[in-house]
Amino acid sequence: MTITLNGAKCVVDDGTTLEHLLLSVTESLTGSAAAVDGEVVPRKTWPRVVLREGQAVELLTAVQGG
Amino acid sequence: MTDDPFLIDGVELTSRLILGTGGAPSLQVVDEVLAASRTAMCTVAMRRVDPRRNGSILDVLDRRGVRILPNTAGCRTAREAVQTAQLAREALETDWVKLEVIADEHTLLPDPVELIDAAQTLVGHGFRVLPYTNDDPVLARRLQQAGCVAVMPLGSPIGTGLGIANPHNIELIVGEATVPVILDAGIGTASDAALAMELGCAGVLLASSVTRAQDPAAMAAAMAYAVDAGRLARRAGRIPKRFHAQASSPTEGMAVL
Repeated sequence: MTITLNGAKCVVDDGTTLEHLLLSVTESLTGSAAAVDGEVVPRKTWPRVVLREGQAVELLTAVQGG
Repeated sequence: MTDDPFLIDGVELTSRLILGTGGAPSLQVVDEVLAASRTAMCTVAMRRVDPRRNGSILDVLDRRGVRILPNTAGCRTAREAVQTAQLAREALETDWVKLEVIADEHTLLPDPVELIDAAQTLVGHGFRVLPYTNDDPVLARRLQQAGCVAVMPLGSPIGTGLGIANPHNIELIVGEATVPVILDAGIGTASDAALAMELGCAGVLLASSVTRAQDPAAMAAAMAYAVDAGRLARRAGRIPKRFHAQASSPTEGMAVL
């Protein structure tokens, strides 16, 4: 199935969890947060959240700013 | 200045100088600036994870023992700002947020309507909100009424280095504030930071004036001195301004020559 991760189309296996997806793009999830279809998803639920076709995932972290 | 603690929401910070980390050319420069400024709190922005990025600002701040204040920079609506704050809380495990809701990219001035809306929502969700606001005493009052733990009026627009454009308004805000007033944005050089403190601000938040200076670490040290000097001067009580001169040497006992 196809989902969107940080604005880019991404093909993943059916049943892929949010945690699995996020670990595919970054080694450490410390200091990061995720939203699916505009809703913030609490970190502790990431291993249980199974992604669905067409969902948009945003993965953010802290950068220099302000 | 241990007899003069700087408290925000009951939390004591060891420095009245808060640093933005944006604009520094590298994490190495950020590290040097942190050391030279002796700051206790720094802002960070929330952006998409970039797998190509080397190193993390969080590691640098953690090594220096600096408190993290996430911001909502770039947000144009209350909805965006609230969501960004929620992501920051999830990522960084802090309820504190520097709330920024800007009206346009040209001025980067806060949008007062969206700002108040976002502040009310975030306070309702348990955030400790430090809003970046216009130098408007009425808006500052409204933000306090909304439950913000500090108000952070701009001296002049972000990144301009124009200093404090309306010192009178800053004094008005300080005069009626019941929470710390932190001068945020527009600082160009050390005298601007000292003036902010002389006007009665509890702290100064600055970024570009240090991170984009020719020698960032040297300017960071200058800002630390300026904030301390301005605070001391404020507490010392300056002399009133006079129209005419007043001799400091005795007028009695002059020789007849």
